[in-house]
Amino acid sequence: MTAQADDELWSAIADPSRRRVLDLLVSNGGVSASWLASRVPFSRQAVSKHLAVLERAGLISRRKQGREVLYQVEAGRLDQATRAMSELAAQWDRRLAAIKRLAETVHAADKERKPS
Amino acid sequence: MPGLVIEREILIDAPVEVVWRTITEPDQMSQWFADRVELVAEPGAHGFMEFGDQGGPVVVEIVDPPARFSFRWNHQAGEEPMAGNSMLVEFTLTPEGGERTRLRVVESGHELLSWPEAEKERYAGEHQGGWAEYLDRLASLLARRPSG
Repeated sequence: MTAQADDELWSAIADPSRRRVLDLLVSNGGVSASWLASRVPFSRQAVSKHLAVLERAGLISRRKQGREVLYQVEAGRLDQATRAMSELAAQWDRRLAAIKRLAETVHAADKERKPS
Repeated sequence: MPGLVIEREILIDAPVEVVWRTITEPDQMSQWFADRVELVAEPGAHGFMEFGDQGGPVVVEIVDPPARFSFRWNHQAGEEPMAGNSMLVEFTLTPEGGERTRLRVVESGHELLSWPEAEKERYAGEHQGGWAEYLDRLASLLARRPSG
């Protein structure tokens, strides 16, 4: 099951500042850390830390262009995370639907035995 | 460590007591969760769940009938489950009018319930609320992103 294996990925996304960085990368393609730092309310150092976490989680990658390092989103990994997430949510929807069916059947039988 | 959080809920046409039995009694659990469930709904009780030819331990955490029930699973057999090596499943049952029950489930990689109230609220506000929608939104943004 991917839930635990992807723990790094989930905690990478769980942080609001990192989500902000990820958002900017998603909408702007390959950009540098300094460019990102100019658009967020936290320091260049904080941006670097967030980029490192996102990169470790496989959500972004870097490439060199001339003297600059540009960061971009790893679409496949992000897509995989989204799908894993919806699969788990769907699993719980199925379980909750089964609980509903079971409980309602029992309740209906109870009511028949003791009509109010 | 913050991790994955899944949050779902459903409205059931049955009173909380009935829903409580459905989610806590092993013979009922085996109809919606695992193929076979060995479990006593008591705090700290160790049990076992079987899924086809696979199975794993489960440890009960909170038993507060008929309002709250939680357990940890998905940890390795032999390990004591804790935040980080297991998933925590937390059920909350809320009575609604006309013998109905709102059943909410939160599955997470860490223990929200043991956190101080203020910390929990902060976390819920920042991470949990809209967390799943965030991924959805990101995925759709990604589909429309400029190339290069």
